[in-house]
Amino acid sequence: MTNQYQKLVNTGLTKKIAKQLGLPRPAVLRRHAAGAPLVPGPVVVLGDGASAQPTADLLLGWGLDVLRHLPPGRMVGAVVVAYDDVARPGDLADVALNLGPAVKSLVPGGRVVSISRPAGDGKDPELAAARQGVDGLMRSLGRELRGGATANGLLLAEGVDMGAPSAQAALRFLLSGRSAYVDGQFLEVSDGRGKLPEDWEKPLAGKVAVVTGAARGIGASIAATLARDGATVVAVDVPAAGSALARVANDVRGTALQLDVTRADAGHLIIEHATQRHGRLDIVVHNAGITRDKLLANMDEGRWKSVIAVNTESQLRMNQAFLAAGLPGLRVVSLASTSGIAGNRGQTNYAASKGGVMGMVRASSAAFADIDGGINAVAPGFIETEMTARVPVATRAVARMVMPSLMQGGLPVDVAEAISFLASDAAAGVNGETLRVCGQSLIGR
Amino acid sequence: MATSTSSAASPSQASQGVRPVVVIGGNRIPFARSNGAYADASNQDMLTAALDGLVARFGLQGQRIGAVAAGAVLKHSRDFNLVRESVLGTALDPTTPAYDVQMACATGMEAIGSLANKIKLGQLDSAIGGGVDTTSDAPIAVSEGLRRVLLELARARTPKQRLAALSKFRPKDLAPHAPGTGEPRTGLSMGEHQALTTAAWGVSREAQDELALKSHHNLAAAYERNFFDDLITEYRGVGRDNNLRPSTTLEKLGSLKPAFGRDLGDKATMTAGNSTPLTDGASSVLLGSEEFARANDLPMLANFVDFEAASVDFVRGKEGLLMAPAYAVPRLLARQGLTLQDFDFYEIHEAFAGTVLSTLAAWEDEDFCRNKLGLDAPLGSIDRSKLNVAGSSLAAGHPFAATGGRIVATLAKLLHEKGSGRGLISVCAAGGQGVVAVLEAR
Repeated sequence: MTNQYQKLVNTGLTKKIAKQLGLPRPAVLRRHAAGAPLVPGPVVVLGDGASAQPTADLLLGWGLDVLRHLPPGRMVGAVVVAYDDVARPGDLADVALNLGPAVKSLVPGGRVVSISRPAGDGKDPELAAARQGVDGLMRSLGRELRGGATANGLLLAEGVDMGAPSAQAALRFLLSGRSAYVDGQFLEVSDGRGKLPEDWEKPLAGKVAVVTGAARGIGASIAATLARDGATVVAVDVPAAGSALARVANDVRGTALQLDVTRADAGHLIIEHATQRHGRLDIVVHNAGITRDKLLANMDEGRWKSVIAVNTESQLRMNQAFLAAGLPGLRVVSLASTSGIAGNRGQTNYAASKGGVMGMVRASSAAFADIDGGINAVAPGFIETEMTARVPVATRAVARMVMPSLMQGGLPVDVAEAISFLASDAAAGVNGETLRVCGQSLIGR
Repeated sequence: MATSTSSAASPSQASQGVRPVVVIGGNRIPFARSNGAYADASNQDMLTAALDGLVARFGLQGQRIGAVAAGAVLKHSRDFNLVRESVLGTALDPTTPAYDVQMACATGMEAIGSLANKIKLGQLDSAIGGGVDTTSDAPIAVSEGLRRVLLELARARTPKQRLAALSKFRPKDLAPHAPGTGEPRTGLSMGEHQALTTAAWGVSREAQDELALKSHHNLAAAYERNFFDDLITEYRGVGRDNNLRPSTTLEKLGSLKPAFGRDLGDKATMTAGNSTPLTDGASSVLLGSEEFARANDLPMLANFVDFEAASVDFVRGKEGLLMAPAYAVPRLLARQGLTLQDFDFYEIHEAFAGTVLSTLAAWEDEDFCRNKLGLDAPLGSIDRSKLNVAGSSLAAGHPFAATGGRIVATLAKLLHEKGSGRGLISVCAAGGQGVVAVLEAR
């Protein structure tokens, strides 16, 4: 349905009509394709922050065409803005006013990425105002971009520079087609940990990854994406989804583990399967989740408790088992939801469970850092799946086209790409974060 | 821990100088009562699903397995290469050889046992055995009269010959022939045959109902403790064997009217509750050498130690139709140097409750053991708490050729959970046949 509409408003005569009528014209997003260039054109690095030159060198090292000034009359694939040295609000102006013309020259599917420092809770109001200003600028720019282009920010914690593996990997992720549906977001690199992959096409080579809820929808896509990126996948789902799970496992050449994640021994059984059959466990994606929507006024105990049990409590229990087992370098990625950030009518239970996940992730980051691993969350917005296909048509249309800057729902693979990035060793410096994959939906931050 | 001692303790494997063969695991689809959930599924559909679930569980995608042997009792003529066609539809390497086996309800056991022998001999490193059956998608044949007319018509070369062939057609020839469970040589159904045996051994209605009740309760309990999570893969929305009645009671079973042996009058004891229903389903078991299992980081649940077939002369009434396992077991015990009491689990296929109880009665009977089995003393009784502890065919159902695979995988897992000991399998079959086997824990 979206695809048909998207085709109509982007091709031939119907494109003209749609343009004249001012209909929303969702662009076809630039997604990852094997062998496609990292960025579809030259990259302009603006600003004179300390990160500017190392970033330009880094991009050159990736074989990109890098420019320090906007070339007149040329289209550009991406703009990187080095705002990491801003100290006063007035410092934003020069680069911002250069950024305007650059944005005009951005190709469809282009990227704007800022590099700045978190405003934090320091004692310098001027500094905080300048840094927080970058946040507002980039989020607004995201709303102004067209043609499937996105604006995101890289936040470097104090003491972290572009030499940090995770800073480099995060920048690459944000420039690439892998971040197609990530828009208006900031990704913080908190330390210098991380190891860059030998092959950027196979960042998970040699890793063993467990994906729960893998039988269908986003979970199946996560399994496929992790396998594409080189991981051996253990696909986990409830026995009742067995045949679909077997199909996924066979498609990705992994193994199927039929398991209800709410079982007390779920974490133990996952460790046992992964280590006995594949020799190790490097990545766990807590994707299994359920919805039991009802207005709170009509909520019953079963609906409430089952959602919390599956979506939050099972993850807490499994994480305890993983930490107790001391799996070295284990990286965990949990599925949160924009509902847990901004709230959603009829989803008090679901939003409580997903808000819970984000709290859990934040509070677990230190414990996972202790085993040289990490834990993060991805919060999907409106994603086109069997589950969301059951949302009423009008609500769906609004969720897809009106709410997000990108004027469309995301695909399961968009969520999977973010998870694959966060699951990689290169993202080791990102810990305790929640990354939204929502096309910059109107709701929430 | 039991690895080294258990293989050394196996007389047949040690004495014959062959290598051990291990049961790595199994997969089946839930069994479904006939003409229900799987009414539209063919044997090939179901066997493919069972195999694909096995492939997914053990990560066998793209692997060439040494051989896949399975079969179906009720088979369409177009399914002459049922197993090979099924394999081609799975994620296995298409260069995996496959062949059909058919030995009535012992098809699965014969397929698995023969594959095990090939692995023991070093001819194969890995194999998948199993079976499938549907009574819902059963083949229906044209009548013998119509078949003859059609064949003659095909041979006719002139209009005159064609006319002559057609003139032999009679309207009654239009009636199709559906397969039944009747024995060709006696005309009696399996249930009627068993009713004679059940009566001859004086097995009571209560004893049969109790066995049926136990089967349902044991199967339900096994599901409750997630025992089947790595033995079964959901199929067409069915997650559990749908013949299972977890809450059935002796009263409910006792209220059913006799279904077989009705001419026995008051002495008729066999009901729909203590007999297996017609069922659709498929099963598969992965076997391998120890080297294969280790090289692929696969579990080793049990050794498939040995198996034995027997047949009885039921046609002339010398023995009950389903009593062959009673003869096969003592032969296997003698070869293995074991007694009937040397087992931790007994898996006796519940074609009918009466079959199990008649067999157990025969082994306890001095006269039978001396005169029929040629033994000095009775084999004796078994500890009934070790019998069919995870349920059997009365509860799960019995898709003929699929039962062997269900039992082997179930028993192998039970043995592995316990970590030591042996299990005895006994499966009766049409034609007065039976196959029995011994497994040993790893």
